[in-house]
Amino acid sequence: MFGSFIKKSRAKSPWIMHFDCGSCNGCDIEVLACLTPLYDVERFGIINVGNPKHADVLLVTGTVNHRNKKVLKNIYDQMPEPKAVIAIGACGNTGGVFRDAYNVVGGIDKVIPVDVYVPGCPAKPEAIIDGVVVGLGKFAQKVEEAE
Amino acid sequence: MATTVIPFGPQHPVLPEPVHLTLKVEDEIVKEAIPALGYVHRGLEKLAEIRDYHQMIQVCERVCGICSMIHAVCYSQAIEELMEVEVPKRAEMLRVIWSELHRTHSHLLWLGLFADAFGFESLFMQFWKVRERIMDINEATTGSRVIVSVNVIGGVRADLSPEQIRWILGEIDIVEKEVRALQDTIMNDYTVKARTVGVGVLSKENAYLLGAAGPTLRGSGVAQDMRMLGYGGYSELDFEPVVETSGDCWARSTVRFRETLQSIDLVRQAIAKLPEGELAAKVKGNPPEGEVYMRVEQPRGECVYYIKGNGTKHLDRLRIRTPTFANIPPLLAMLPGCELADVPVIVLAIDPCISCTER
Repeated sequence: MFGSFIKKSRAKSPWIMHFDCGSCNGCDIEVLACLTPLYDVERFGIINVGNPKHADVLLVTGTVNHRNKKVLKNIYDQMPEPKAVIAIGACGNTGGVFRDAYNVVGGIDKVIPVDVYVPGCPAKPEAIIDGVVVGLGKFAQKVEEAE
Repeated sequence: MATTVIPFGPQHPVLPEPVHLTLKVEDEIVKEAIPALGYVHRGLEKLAEIRDYHQMIQVCERVCGICSMIHAVCYSQAIEELMEVEVPKRAEMLRVIWSELHRTHSHLLWLGLFADAFGFESLFMQFWKVRERIMDINEATTGSRVIVSVNVIGGVRADLSPEQIRWILGEIDIVEKEVRALQDTIMNDYTVKARTVGVGVLSKENAYLLGAAGPTLRGSGVAQDMRMLGYGGYSELDFEPVVETSGDCWARSTVRFRETLQSIDLVRQAIAKLPEGELAAKVKGNPPEGEVYMRVEQPRGECVYYIKGNGTKHLDRLRIRTPTFANIPPLLAMLPGCELADVPVIVLAIDPCISCTER
């Protein structure tokens, strides 16, 4: 009975963590805007946390570079299973406008597996919320499979 | 007393961006702070060798999403000076309008984050709620909320219709009313003052000697604002730099709060003085050989662009000096002697924009 309670609350109230991985801030402030009164993702039971050990869903914005790829991997590894990763914005998907720059490795999926890609430069809050909702579907599926 | 080393960042709840500070602490008192940068370095200055000078506007806008308009204005002005392009008066004024809208939303964003740094979450929500009206103006007039991308070399690519102007004036009236309603809380509230007054003091001499910029400098009593140089349309507008003298976190937040109201006033002035005319001058050829320095005022302080043309469509060198980089030495001077719990407040008080700093 306790197991089914955890299973249900995990998918119903996912805790998200946001990591800025070399973004220009455009997507970051849109992620934050999702948490504020106009968009308010907390109505879906989503809470923003700062500790990767508490998080179920990782939102990553920006390109991966040679310095922060270790940090990104480290944060991903610290998150407990099951977990979902959402890459936000053109930079997080592919490297975007910076893909040719010398210090840029590319999209997030060069370092960690990504479940949902949210397009846009910067991605709009509506798109981010949509991406999170799709990500939650995948997350619920992973919770199911983990049983 | 034994020294403890506490890492602050790169991933920290209070920071939207990764920056790392190694704090050497005795008891609860910070003795030394050592910064480590480079987590957001992309190397976009070198992209000037691959992208042509028109495409570089889009890259410069993405130096920093929050003040993207002002980066693009600075870069465009530098290229225009090098190529001796005359920018139409209407375009200059439109640039002022969008720049000041960007400054307003950047300061409101910061005031919210600052409130969050000392744990006043409802104030954070209030400021961000007000800010959404500015984002709506951006979206309605340019098609994008954050990176508005209206600059081209020689002018702007979007216009404001009379209906839009009427609507913007109505919206900024509401924004001003809502911001003024929060004035008493951010400036006089007991709990806010307990966390900000006398915290992270930077003297006027130190601010000047260490090369602080923007509200950090003006909060310490130095009246320096690059907009007073009168670049673009600013020469026709009437304003004074906002200065506070106490040099602590309270002064820096008050400077930004008053600048928010000043920016709203500048938008009104610019709309009142918006002349008729062309939106953009025709630009032919490539930037000639030569070099130009351009200085503008970002929400965070003075931003300097250096460009060197070589007669081709690519630039030889693009160098960007951003205000947060200038504000890191003053930050390191503020931290020793403070309590560990005040570190997030002091770090946020300089309004760190790491993606600007590291580009």
